[in-house]
Amino acid sequence: MLDYFAPVTDNFGLFVDAFLGTLMICLYGAVGSLVLGTLIASFRVSPLPPLRAVGTAWVTVFRNCPLVIVLFFFAFGLPEIGINAPFLWFGITGLVVYTSAFVCEAVRSGINSVSAGQAEAARSIGLTFTQSLSTVVLPQALRTVVPPLGSVIIAMFKNSAIVGAFGVGGELFSTFATLVSARGLSIIPVLLGVAVGYLLITVPAGFGLDVLERRVAVSR
Amino acid sequence: MIRMTAVDKHFGDLHVLRDINLEVASGEVVVVLGPSGSGKSTLCRAINRLEPIDSGTIEVDGAELPAEGKALAKLRSDVGMVFQQFNLFAHKTIAENVMLGPIKVRGKSKSEAHDTAMQLLERVGIANQADKYPAQLSGGQQQRAAIARALAMAPKVMLFDEPTSALDPEMINEVLEAMVTLAKEGMTMLVVTHEMGFARGAAHRVVFMSDGEIVEDATPDTFFSNPTSDRAKDFLGKILAH
Repeated sequence: MLDYFAPVTDNFGLFVDAFLGTLMICLYGAVGSLVLGTLIASFRVSPLPPLRAVGTAWVTVFRNCPLVIVLFFFAFGLPEIGINAPFLWFGITGLVVYTSAFVCEAVRSGINSVSAGQAEAARSIGLTFTQSLSTVVLPQALRTVVPPLGSVIIAMFKNSAIVGAFGVGGELFSTFATLVSARGLSIIPVLLGVAVGYLLITVPAGFGLDVLERRVAVSR
Repeated sequence: MIRMTAVDKHFGDLHVLRDINLEVASGEVVVVLGPSGSGKSTLCRAINRLEPIDSGTIEVDGAELPAEGKALAKLRSDVGMVFQQFNLFAHKTIAENVMLGPIKVRGKSKSEAHDTAMQLLERVGIANQADKYPAQLSGGQQQRAAIARALAMAPKVMLFDEPTSALDPEMINEVLEAMVTLAKEGMTMLVVTHEMGFARGAAHRVVFMSDGEIVEDATPDTFFSNPTSDRAKDFLGKILAH
């Protein structure tokens, strides 16, 4: 039995590195897409029509294009206009941009769930649109969007595998490809090892989200 | 303090404000009465541009209402507003609700804002509720907190949009008392309400609206004892019959 998992145990160090690589992509991806997605959501509810148009266009483009296509554009398009960076950063940026469209829509649904009276009261004491959004509406909106945002973020964790398939090394999916195709190890045990790596990220994230949801829930 | 000139507004086909001309002098308390759908709430909300108008002009303290942006936010900070549904910020304590405007808009320090907030909460009788969240308070307490929140901005004028209509009967008085005190202190007030007792006792003028028009504009005594229009007579007949 232990022999069967030899491809994993023999390369354990490689798996740990790959796990940490994936974890890093996930963390940058989560922070980046939450910040960018919230910003785009605030564009979409802005009183200024040009900002609304930018927000709508952003969501329309990036929510409706396959992630692979978005990644291709970042990986091959950006160098063509003179922007060069390690492949990893193109991968993370593509992932952030793609995921931000989904984050935006989840946050926007939360904004719409806050009663209009809250924003009216905020404006009537003299807060500007940005102030009323950041101090009154968003803090209440984020409470209701923890479950849908969690789903978006967990989906992004799994999408990090596509970034790996793109040739970004040092993360779980590319390690799987290397071990299986270059070194000819048997597929199933390696795949199981990789799967465990992803589950070690996604399952605790799910529990964390449950805790967060309970903690931010407030009676109103 | 407030001057509305030839104000018109439509909601789609509905003509909610028809050629409204209204002045509220400094220190004056004006009560707006009228049946549901007569446009009185819209009139109140138009004054701080929560409802934009189609045509006409609205001036507050001599300055015309600016369009959206920083200037409008500045004007709103000088116009206190109290809503039917209280609209206290649900995620902040009562004290934080009252402190938010002074800190964010007036640039006051936290401790200064807290002192003012506690004084105001004391004045409306709910200082002991300062650290609770809005949902933990009764309707009457929430509305008094909302009045304190508006007063914290030291407004030039206060607008009340049916402040007691969402309250249980036993809580109406505590809110009206706070408003009467404010009126006696010389605050300029425009109050949309169904509380005839408040209109009689505290108002300098009563404005009666029907179908988007101002039909009567008189002292409370004249309005209640000698209404001139049929619509006002009909309205008073319905509400004073029992």
